[in-house]
Amino acid sequence: MSQRYDSRLVDQIIDGHGAAPTAVIAILQEVQEHYRYLPPEVFPQLAKRVGVSEASVYSVATFYENFSLEPKGKYVIKICDGTACHVRKSIPILERLRSDLGLSEKKSTTDDLLFTVETVSCLGACGLAPVVTVNDKVYPAMTPDKASELLNQLKEENANA
Amino acid sequence: MLKTRDDLIALRKACMEAAAKETQKILICAGTGCIAGGSLAIYQRFQELMAEKGIPCSVELDNTPHQHVGLKRSGCHGFCEMGVLVRIEPQGWLYTKVKLEDCEEILEKTILKGEHIPRLAYTKNDIIFKKQEDIPFYSRQTRLVLEHCGHIDATSIREYLAVGGYSALEKVLFEMTGEEVIQEISNSNLRGRGGGGFPAGRKWAQVRRQPEPIRYVVCNGDEGDPGAFMDRSIMEGDPHRMLEGMMIAAYACGAQEGYIYVRAEYPMAVERLRQAIAQAEELGLLGDNILGSGFSFKLHINRGAGAFVCGEGSALTSSIEGKRGMPRVKPPRTVEQGLFGKPTVLNNVETFANVPLIISKGAEWFKSIGPSNSPGTKAFALTGNIENTGLIEVPMGTTLREIIFDVGGGMRGGAQFKAVQIGGPSGGCLTTEHLDLPLDFDSLSKAGAMIGSGGLVVMDDSTCMVEVARFFMNFTQNESCGKCVPCREGTRRMLEILERIVAGEGREGDIELLLELADTISHTALCGLGKTAAFPVVSTIKSFRDEYEAHIREKRCPAGSCQKLKRIVIDQSLCKGCSKCARSCPAGAIVGKVKEPFAITEACIKCGACIQTCPFGAIKEA
Repeated sequence: MSQRYDSRLVDQIIDGHGAAPTAVIAILQEVQEHYRYLPPEVFPQLAKRVGVSEASVYSVATFYENFSLEPKGKYVIKICDGTACHVRKSIPILERLRSDLGLSEKKSTTDDLLFTVETVSCLGACGLAPVVTVNDKVYPAMTPDKASELLNQLKEENANA
Repeated sequence: MLKTRDDLIALRKACMEAAAKETQKILICAGTGCIAGGSLAIYQRFQELMAEKGIPCSVELDNTPHQHVGLKRSGCHGFCEMGVLVRIEPQGWLYTKVKLEDCEEILEKTILKGEHIPRLAYTKNDIIFKKQEDIPFYSRQTRLVLEHCGHIDATSIREYLAVGGYSALEKVLFEMTGEEVIQEISNSNLRGRGGGGFPAGRKWAQVRRQPEPIRYVVCNGDEGDPGAFMDRSIMEGDPHRMLEGMMIAAYACGAQEGYIYVRAEYPMAVERLRQAIAQAEELGLLGDNILGSGFSFKLHINRGAGAFVCGEGSALTSSIEGKRGMPRVKPPRTVEQGLFGKPTVLNNVETFANVPLIISKGAEWFKSIGPSNSPGTKAFALTGNIENTGLIEVPMGTTLREIIFDVGGGMRGGAQFKAVQIGGPSGGCLTTEHLDLPLDFDSLSKAGAMIGSGGLVVMDDSTCMVEVARFFMNFTQNESCGKCVPCREGTRRMLEILERIVAGEGREGDIELLLELADTISHTALCGLGKTAAFPVVSTIKSFRDEYEAHIREKRCPAGSCQKLKRIVIDQSLCKGCSKCARSCPAGAIVGKVKEPFAITEACIKCGACIQTCPFGAIKEA
């Protein structure tokens, strides 16, 4: 369910931040918030507007972990694998989610673009370890079973939506 | 809009008077932890119930003529494990694990009748702790930087003013010169809380000395160390204090603009800071000619985009400039040519949060806390296999033993203490022999570790130290920006070796090779990330060499944690030959004749399914 690219919308985002090279990261962040990834059309448009090369915008987008050039799922599930979550066994949760959804380290998004499963270094919610977030909502003290349950809930929520 | 010093004094007085009218307060923790536990719904329920019952309630400090109950969304109390936390004032009671269903009872009993509800209090060894300050987790702490976290509404500038907020800014603007401010900070011996421990006063003085008139103040809120969340709690729980610290630094150094760089994983910190900046702008505490003093200052927020290396000064400024966050060669240093090539004061969140305290109470007072060479307090994030996980603040120089066993309540489930990882991926492991080591900048660097930003991950005897080293190397390898070959390639090779060792394929000489690579990387990398990348490996080899050797030579994990080195065996004397295990084995690795003892073959994938199915408890991990 990828959205059509709307260059007017991207122009509006650029205007909101001011078309300066210093705003590149903030602009890309807002574009990604809208599309859930960075559509390829954004690079020439942004480069032209702020007056830097396309390669330079691309180099910024590929440097930072948060930017994705691939479409992501409707539900982005992040499993915290920070130290605190790791020592409280976060990896079995990741493995369960991947096996439930047929995903792997290489393939992080389901074909129906419903779920993306990824790890994150630390969410700073160590007191609640191990932690999972779904679109930035925090789920504390997870277990593999609770993770499977959460998937079912999300699927149901999606079906009812 | 406040135009003069007297305006500010008058507003503060009005806020204090309004606060005094709140004879009772319900403070609901709105830190990330408690929000995940549903604290915002509880806040709402209290509001609805109070309206229903006709209890006069206020959510913002205003000058209503009558007395009422104040309902607040506070910052993080640090005791996240026990959330949702609700503090009741004036009694100072703390209710833990509060649920939606408890709201009514709290209002009926505690607010209307002044009765305590023992069921909701923190209980340890059958002792019920009514008051928050009596709970061992809190009674052993010294909360200065975090003093307001949990005690005032984190979303209101009026609340901050009501506890004397912005009086340090007022003092410097009207009673001190920039030099005097720097002198005071230098006298206090405040050292950078981001990990390096560089004296803040010296840094500020260097920026002030620069001939270039345009200068910047930058706050490093890119708290990337896994297992650390001190700065997050300050940004979320007491944002105005940090802003005040930045304004004082800007005044002292002659800066006109400031930037706060917050990591992307902290959306709520960004939201609270944005709100705080808007509130300060509205009152005229940020902007042009602040309070008519002639000092002007503007603040911006930059969100990180997920790169650990951006915690490094030159990478951070480069990221604010909209570029790839890669460190550069120094000199020139940040104080000479930092953000946009201009002189820049770059300090961490906790450092700035200390500044208003030092200005208000004086350098001498500050130096009376902790050792003289690194005075003050330090916030630590206490996590891992420990009873009380959470955010704590203790005087510098407190020993690990006090932190883990007194504040932290000892090991979770009574397990054996093994090590504590301090300073995140740049730090080292401290073991039982370091338990009485005072935690301050100098003692730790002598012991070959560093305070880092303040993450303390406690590990028990079920944690494999080789696996911990692999974990950190995996992190650093991922986060290496790729600029320097030794770090980019060296960390990858080290990771491969460590992966091999935990998979049971370690070779003789691997330890020596790891140490050699570590030595090269730390001597040749450009930035802090690379220089310290190998610390966790070197430090675990130093303290736990026997574990490495057991993995390599005996293909055995002494902690019993490495999956690939697990061995599952059937106790022949207990096995009755029921064949349940053989039927449950997904790999067909269990063989035998019914009614005779079974055995596990080489085909075993160590999934452990058989252990659960055996009705006689005959199958064990060895």
